[in-house]
Amino acid sequence: MRRRLAGFLPLLVIWIPLLISVAHVVGFTAWTTWLSFTPSDLLPEYDWAGLRSYRAVLRTENTAIAYANLLVYGVGYVGLTMIVGFVLAVLIDQRIRAENLLRTIYLYPLAVSFVVTGTVWSWLFNPGQGIQKFVNNLGWTGFRFDWIIDRDFALYTIIIAAVWHGVGFAMALFLAGLRSIDSDLHKAAQIDGAGPLRFYLRIAAPGVAPIAISVLVILLQYAIKTFDLVRALTGGGPGISTTLPALVVYDFMFQRGQLGRGSAAAVLLLLSLLVVLLPYYLYVHWRARRERTNG
Amino acid sequence: MAALRVKGLHKQFGNTEVLKGIDLTVRNGEFAVLLGPSGCGKSTLLNLIAGLETPNAGTIEIAERVVNAVPAKDRDIAMVFQSYALYPSMTVRRNITFGMECRGVPKPKQQEAVARVASLLQIDQLLERKPSQLSGGQRQRVAMGRALVRDPKLFLFDEPLSNLDAQLRVDMRTEIKQLHGRIRSTIIYVTHDQIEAMTMASRIAVMNKGEIQQFAEPDEVYNRPANLFVARFLGTPPMNTLKARLVRDGDGLAAAIGLAKLPLPAQSETARAFIDRDVFLGLRPECITDSGRPGTTFEAEVLTTEPTGAETIVLAAIGGERLRARVSPDVRLVTGQRTTFLADMRSACLFDPATEKRIA
Amino acid sequence: MDKALRPGRWLIYAILFGFALFTLLPLIVIVLNSFRTAVEIGRSSLIGWPAGLAWRNWTEAWGHFCIAQRCEGIRPYMENSFMMVVPATILSTALGAIAGYSISLWRFRGDTIVFAIVVMGVFLPEQMKLIPWALVLRELDLTNTIGALVLIHTVQGFSFTTLFCRNYYIGIPQDLVKAARVDGAGYFRTFWRIVLPLSPPIIIVTVIWQFTGIWNEFLFGVTFTTGEQQPVTAALIAIATTPQTDVVEYGIESAAVLLAAIPTLLVYFFGGRYFLRGLTAGAVK
Repeated sequence: MRRRLAGFLPLLVIWIPLLISVAHVVGFTAWTTWLSFTPSDLLPEYDWAGLRSYRAVLRTENTAIAYANLLVYGVGYVGLTMIVGFVLAVLIDQRIRAENLLRTIYLYPLAVSFVVTGTVWSWLFNPGQGIQKFVNNLGWTGFRFDWIIDRDFALYTIIIAAVWHGVGFAMALFLAGLRSIDSDLHKAAQIDGAGPLRFYLRIAAPGVAPIAISVLVILLQYAIKTFDLVRALTGGGPGISTTLPALVVYDFMFQRGQLGRGSAAAVLLLLSLLVVLLPYYLYVHWRARRERTNG
Repeated sequence: MAALRVKGLHKQFGNTEVLKGIDLTVRNGEFAVLLGPSGCGKSTLLNLIAGLETPNAGTIEIAERVVNAVPAKDRDIAMVFQSYALYPSMTVRRNITFGMECRGVPKPKQQEAVARVASLLQIDQLLERKPSQLSGGQRQRVAMGRALVRDPKLFLFDEPLSNLDAQLRVDMRTEIKQLHGRIRSTIIYVTHDQIEAMTMASRIAVMNKGEIQQFAEPDEVYNRPANLFVARFLGTPPMNTLKARLVRDGDGLAAAIGLAKLPLPAQSETARAFIDRDVFLGLRPECITDSGRPGTTFEAEVLTTEPTGAETIVLAAIGGERLRARVSPDVRLVTGQRTTFLADMRSACLFDPATEKRIA
Repeated sequence: MDKALRPGRWLIYAILFGFALFTLLPLIVIVLNSFRTAVEIGRSSLIGWPAGLAWRNWTEAWGHFCIAQRCEGIRPYMENSFMMVVPATILSTALGAIAGYSISLWRFRGDTIVFAIVVMGVFLPEQMKLIPWALVLRELDLTNTIGALVLIHTVQGFSFTTLFCRNYYIGIPQDLVKAARVDGAGYFRTFWRIVLPLSPPIIIVTVIWQFTGIWNEFLFGVTFTTGEQQPVTAALIAIATTPQTDVVEYGIESAAVLLAAIPTLLVYFFGGRYFLRGLTAGAVK
């Protein structure tokens, strides 16, 4: 039960920031979308050019590679992060003594920017100076770990760095989910004779399914928006083998100076994001409605 | 044969001793209730019996077998929880068969068992539903079904009705009691609600601060409480415990409170040892009513009246003590006025102030 | 419930601490490298123990290292970042708190729709806002200034802080607000006397998240500022991508990267509990 506003001043205080925000969200989206339908190059032009920019963008090799990469990267990053995060959460749930210490360690990567992450991992992956050189120096002269300069493997270095960054987050959320399981359920399972494996697979995992979906969606949208990490780790290379949609947008807008196509690429990025977010939104609504009718 | 025998059980959590030496023997087919306020250790005792916790000292025997080292799943027990603890992602059927699955019972036998239990509890039509689609009462029945299907030596109930609303609680109480009548298994039932205890138990173990205060039939626990705690715990409103002096009254004894002298029925030698000493007189409010018939009477000042419709509960003062009486609803009482009350001294109890135990 | 299986438990600890080591590896490597000279590193590899404590790396990184034609180290960029982060965090948090308060406790026309749109701003990709912001900044004559970044991050952050604060304020017991109304409190007084005193937990979480997010942000920083005005994230990329002359000063670069990461690491270290609270609150929308 919320109260009605009285007086003019409160309305002013409330509406000014809200309107700016709404203008920014709606207006900018509309603006960029409009630009995507124009033939703008270095400067914005506002004549209608239909889907010309979209066709140009979709035909560019950059775009095809970027979205193919996104598929591989998305599955690898999200899949690995969730699996490792879940396993770590299950292990920590076993009444581990060093829990606080471990949690502090697992979560610190989130405080570090993707730029720092990418830079440091690029040094580690550097075959001439990093892990490969280190292992070679130890005596295993035949050891090779030069993925980062290999067109076919460079993408995996990005996945590793991204997983390194995100596991703590997944673990923290899964642990919260596991902890929220009714303790009586543990007791009932004990009496029923369920061993730890059966318990986690049949009882705990379904219980954290809602949280898992949240984690999935959040990680997926991070994956789609990935820009900083790639710029810092590989710069999109070697060549364009690790480019991703966000880099394609930047490339069109600021490196090639083609605002129309850049906007089209941005809108495509937004659409791929919606493909992930819309089903989630509908799922949340459906679930809420189901809970209301069941009580 | 004793279904459960607990000897000298101690349990500590950190520095707190939660159970201080529990001895309990429950016979086959009994409905034993562990009753007590929160923190008395009743749930801990149940967890120890179930094998969910290990004791610091003492033995637990289930069906004449020492089970201290036996894990919960092999103790031949079943448990029903306050929160039902149904597996949310499984159907009712799966919930019931889960334990059997873990034990490797062949599928046909599993389905047989489910069918048997479902018809007994009338949950046949709920078998394919998930717990979230059931009402509180239905969930509780499924939880009982899961327990029944194990065909255990002991049923353990941990405050199973606390999450239900009042009406449902009354219905489920009757159902559980009827179930017990039909299957004649041994039940250990934990609750803080004395009505549940009084209506369902064959014997009640009243617990406080980690010790069993009295383990006896409801009638015994109610009318001949072993100590002051039990006396004050059972009954709504609870038993009046008034400080009095035991005096000679002709050949017999009487309790003197203030100016009133209330004669007591024939007393044992132990009681006589307290002559001219202070005791606590225990008298239930329903034994104190408005005067009108012949009997022992005394005068007390009315402090407050609480008309409940069926009767009026009166708070009165006598000789520095306060007591509650239950008078008939049509009696007119005036606050502040001295009124005559009638006391039925036949079920009066006497308590030793030092040990708090009952002497008569 | 005792779940102690001796050999199994040893394995559990091994896996957990093994992964912890993997997580710490980059940090350890970079701290060690910041104390090694470029010669040392060149001779062995980027992973190794320092022979001595090359403090020179730190002083160079701070004040003298050459980054994209300027040889003043990382300090000016750190200053830029601070001048950007502090105002943007304060403003976005304050505005978000008021907006969250208004939306959760007061009714006004269009409140649901407006809130939904504002929250969309959290998910809208930055790429959709690049060109419009560039044009707006030009109109406001703010191109290539820290002020531009403050403006952008405030507006951007507002969506996030409003979402967070509103979800928190919705948990304030209605009885409290009713009591205030009976006492005659209006919009401002209710905020000042009732809501604000209850806010420290959410304010701390919001400040921590905003500080971290804005400090670590890159795209807007590199797009809307150049050269001297850039925040430290952009400077780091410049370090990493500038072709080096002959010897790559990994030692100094490590020190520079560490310096850039220290502020958010400190915030994490001291505000850890709140950090975690923000995480779980955000996912349970």
